[in-house]
Amino acid sequence: MKFINYLKSIQDVRIFPMVSLFIFTAIFAVVLVYAMKASKQYINQAKQIPLGDEKEC
Amino acid sequence: MQLERFSYDNKIVKWFATATIVWGVVGFLAGLLIALQLAFPALNFDWAPTTFGRMRPVHTNAVIFAFVGNGIFMGVYYSLQRLVKARLFSDLLSKIHFWGWQLIIVFGALSLWMGYTTGKEYAELEWPLDIAITLIWVVFGVNMFGTILKRREGHLYVAIWFYIATWVTVAMLHIVNSIELPIEFMKSYSWYAGVQDALVQWWYGHNAVAFFLTTPYLGLMYYFLPKAANRPVYSYRLSIIHFWALIFIYIWAGPHHLLYTALPDWAQSLGVVFSVMLIAPSWGGMINGLLTLRGAWDRVREDAVLKFMVVAITAYGMATFEGPMLSLKNVNAISHFSDWTIAHVHVGALGWNGFLTFAVLYWLIPRLWRTELYSKSLANAHFWLGTLGIVFYAVPMYWAGFTQALNWKTFTPEGQLQYSFLDTVNMIAPMYMLRSLGGLLYLTGAILMVVNIWKTVARGNFQENEEAEAPALVKVEAHKGEHWHRFIERKPLQMLFWSLVMVAIGGAIEMIPTFLVKENIPTISAVKPYTPLELHGRDIYISEGCYTCHSQMVRPFRDEVVRYGEYSKAGEFVYDHPFQWGSKRTGPDLARVGGKYPNSWHFNHMYQPTSTSPKSIMPRYTWLLTTGIDIMRTPKMIKGMQILGVPYESGYHNRANSDLDVQAKAIAADLTKEKEIRQIMEFEGVKDLTYTKMVALIAYLQRIGTDIKTVSADAKPIH
Repeated sequence: MKFINYLKSIQDVRIFPMVSLFIFTAIFAVVLVYAMKASKQYINQAKQIPLGDEKEC
Repeated sequence: MQLERFSYDNKIVKWFATATIVWGVVGFLAGLLIALQLAFPALNFDWAPTTFGRMRPVHTNAVIFAFVGNGIFMGVYYSLQRLVKARLFSDLLSKIHFWGWQLIIVFGALSLWMGYTTGKEYAELEWPLDIAITLIWVVFGVNMFGTILKRREGHLYVAIWFYIATWVTVAMLHIVNSIELPIEFMKSYSWYAGVQDALVQWWYGHNAVAFFLTTPYLGLMYYFLPKAANRPVYSYRLSIIHFWALIFIYIWAGPHHLLYTALPDWAQSLGVVFSVMLIAPSWGGMINGLLTLRGAWDRVREDAVLKFMVVAITAYGMATFEGPMLSLKNVNAISHFSDWTIAHVHVGALGWNGFLTFAVLYWLIPRLWRTELYSKSLANAHFWLGTLGIVFYAVPMYWAGFTQALNWKTFTPEGQLQYSFLDTVNMIAPMYMLRSLGGLLYLTGAILMVVNIWKTVARGNFQENEEAEAPALVKVEAHKGEHWHRFIERKPLQMLFWSLVMVAIGGAIEMIPTFLVKENIPTISAVKPYTPLELHGRDIYISEGCYTCHSQMVRPFRDEVVRYGEYSKAGEFVYDHPFQWGSKRTGPDLARVGGKYPNSWHFNHMYQPTSTSPKSIMPRYTWLLTTGIDIMRTPKMIKGMQILGVPYESGYHNRANSDLDVQAKAIAADLTKEKEIRQIMEFEGVKDLTYTKMVALIAYLQRIGTDIKTVSADAKPIH
């Protein structure tokens, strides 16, 4: 018997893939907007952190 | 602003660097040995601890948790102090962390050699060691967060985000996958069974690759690559997207290890979709890494550190492109269970993890010892040997994978399978030899590195505490209009929380339906719990690592059904704690081996595989004849299984050994009917076979897959 038969017996199982897609899209969109809108000053400051943290030998 | 004076702890970095090098060489040696064993089975030495089944987990655990693990701690402890401008939180915790981890490695290796294993890939260590890992991981976490909390730098650089996500996710994965029922010291059964166990295991296995081999190393890349290239990362914005997208997507992709198995289609498809999506963040990271070198490519020609880094990042790109391709069902139908997977894994392991580790070591050691690297040409020789090693490893394995998988599926015009399984193995033997050459080249390169570093250290002057100064951190107050992400970032514990939320969502959505299914699976009435003797046999099967070469999962393909028998059903595995589906077929599938051969065949095959299967590469298991099962353990095994939900009658543990007796005597009597077997017994000085491991294992093998043979007439392919 196909496994899908067992899954069908779970109430509202079809919501799972939809929820997954929605959560992913939402999070990705939020991160994308944030990264694009982050201030240039912060970005430049942050990316310099590893450099100049010690005296080069 | 007043500067605060403090010092960085270099000693702990030195310790972890030393451990990385030592365990690296050990892990590569173990890898070379098991590679050679497949080409020359005599190298199993007819001795239990050195057989492939026990050595393979030693190799994987050594390279993943000992080599890469120590590499992570070395890189994190060096970079974190400098990124937050603070000494590590506690010297004592650092020491406990170091010695605890090394003890776990040593006892882990010893226990695997002695045959103590849970039988779950990359999580083989038994429960006392699982607890020790958890404790030491907590020590690492406290030390890391303690350091971050006392920082003198306002921003948390992106590398630290990767470290935090690594810590929290590995903790979650390790705990969830290691839930097991101890029945005695060094013996436990997985809490989950069959399909659920498979799903949890590969959710763990896949994400161990993601969060132990990838995210911490991406953190190291984001720190050490800009240092080595002496320029900032190409795009910090891209690194933000890279981080969140990667940790969010990775966690969903585990089921791609279980395509065409008895796992629900729904979960399989989800795994595929997210695997394909993974290309985007992975390549975002790779491009970010390679473009960081823009304008510095002239230095790549001379600087061994940058050379290693370029190949590492390229290997990362190749492996993360190939991974999603392998998760497509039509590709996976060919690649799965074959050497293609081994090739894929090693491009990542040798290229990405190995080469990035070497780059960090070559960069770090001269700085810690305040001197120049002893020999640039030795480092360059290492680079070329290592690169050639990867090529000589990967190409033959791809070739072997394609060849064998296609041969498995080849039919004659009359509709018969063209090749026996053994034919397909013998055809790729030359590839196994070439692959060993690749491993040897890689190991030789690593030994050159040991010499180079030894000489560098000898002429250097190690600085245990490196003086530094920085202004104290001014408490940053939230201000109106600031970005919400700054709010998360200012508070590292919030970073931890949100990372956990990200990874927990994927895990939960993926697993909950499959666990709900448990209540909905109509148990196949023909599937019965194992007999006590079969349970003992199963424990031996696990202990000897049979799963490292044999799968127990017939996929619904024509060739597999013809070769092995009825395809596997989810309901068949409900009493399998742990599941033993395996991930590689160096030997044939065993899901329907029960009843296929007489008991004497199994005896002869285990005693001397080439006697029944000429040219077989399986090791001999002579000690199964001379060692016995521990029948005192039987009641504990039955009680344990009852707790896990296996429906033995109540009080059965008291009667189990009498049933065991009857079954064992019957098999022993059947075996001793054969003159050949009596001769072997005489030669080995064995008078009675009844309680030998051999008989128990035969009982188990004869049981596998027989439950539904009587009902197979109703079964129809699911694809």
